[in-house]
Amino acid sequence: MSDQGSFFQRDRSWHPPAFTPQYKTSVLRSPQFALLSLENTVSEMTGPHFGHSQLGPLDNDLIRNYMQTGEPIGQRIVVHGRVLDENAKPVPGVLLEFWQANAGGRYRHKKEAYLAPLDPNFGGCGRTITDEEGRYRFRTVKPGAYPWPNGVNDWRPAHIHFSIFGHAFTQRLITQMYFEGDPMIWQCPIVSTIPDRNAVERLVAALDRNNTLPMDALAYKFDIVLRGRRSTFFENRMEGN
Amino acid sequence: MVQKLDMLKESPSQTAGPYVHIGLTPNWCDITGVYPEDLGRTMVGLQAKGERIVVTGRVLDGSGTPLEDALIEIWQADAAGLHNSPIEKRGKADPHFTGWGRQPTDGATGEYRFETIKPGRVPYVDGRPMAPHIIFWIVARGINIGLHTRMYFADEETANAECPVLARIEHRSRVPTLIARRMEEDGRAVYTFDIRLQGENETVFFDV
Repeated sequence: MSDQGSFFQRDRSWHPPAFTPQYKTSVLRSPQFALLSLENTVSEMTGPHFGHSQLGPLDNDLIRNYMQTGEPIGQRIVVHGRVLDENAKPVPGVLLEFWQANAGGRYRHKKEAYLAPLDPNFGGCGRTITDEEGRYRFRTVKPGAYPWPNGVNDWRPAHIHFSIFGHAFTQRLITQMYFEGDPMIWQCPIVSTIPDRNAVERLVAALDRNNTLPMDALAYKFDIVLRGRRSTFFENRMEGN
Repeated sequence: MVQKLDMLKESPSQTAGPYVHIGLTPNWCDITGVYPEDLGRTMVGLQAKGERIVVTGRVLDGSGTPLEDALIEIWQADAAGLHNSPIEKRGKADPHFTGWGRQPTDGATGEYRFETIKPGRVPYVDGRPMAPHIIFWIVARGINIGLHTRMYFADEETANAECPVLARIEHRSRVPTLIARRMEEDGRAVYTFDIRLQGENETVFFDV
């Protein structure tokens, strides 16, 4: 492997800044001091590894992994895509975790108070590990929009939360996937924490008719890009030191 | 115009939101029967080498209120200073210690708690030893991109004084925000590390 050097610096004008007052909770939860830039050390360039033996057979099937009496209600979908780095190389063998509300926009969480009902057959969590080409796939029901106490009439667009590990702890990322064509994407104070419309569009999954399961489930394609890293070819020090 | 660099852009971050536990610690939030145990709950095996320690504290917002919905991940070396990672090239880490932990802050008190071991020293980019440290990554509702910081140990004064990372902090009054204080509890070391997101004694966060 030639790509053993430090990771490309994060473009923090592409990511959302910490302080985004239209998303009210960020006001008191955003640091005021500048971040201290640090060259990658071995502490950041390593990261945990997860193996298939740690996963169960239904972990990537949200339609069946919480079944009590039958299958959950809602639009059946497949979500799939690839995890790549900024050099467009696949990122194999990394853990992805996802969570979401049910078809009515209700989360299975003790602090959730929305009046839409829980679905007795839907938990809302799943996970999988990317294959050798960086691909992943899971099955679920399409989540509903839900209201939240920010403005008096703010609603989140339908979304699925993603947590992604790379090969290094410095690649760690949490983001949200939105659905093509949802008009609420462009009204959401959380989406609009991202300054650049092109960046927002990277989080909108495309309807993917070629990967639907006919007479069963629609498909959405959602690719994820993690930080890339330099080659050590021109570096004057031993790798890993 | 010039040639294009043809680089992809990193997927932009979004907040983990208030219900991050559904995905990352489902058993903790009463979604049982899906995963046998929440990932990152157990870091230390019975045969792990090194001093067993507890790391605890709270995450406080700009008003001093503890976050009751944060999620913290830690990543650290083993007692010999090696990481349990396929990318670790310096040697084989202790197989009985994962090096990675994940815990929510308590929904009532805001406290987090890790049972881990005290890490050994790890070299900085130029080979000088860094002081023993644990990497923290904090996500929560209202945090748009995960915050990286480091916890150091109050009883490692000599190592802390020569740590090349701590030496990078221009405003020396901010160094103590990264140093956990040590207490004893039933014969075991307990380190308390509070993280202040904003305002007085704001914790140093890193762009790594």
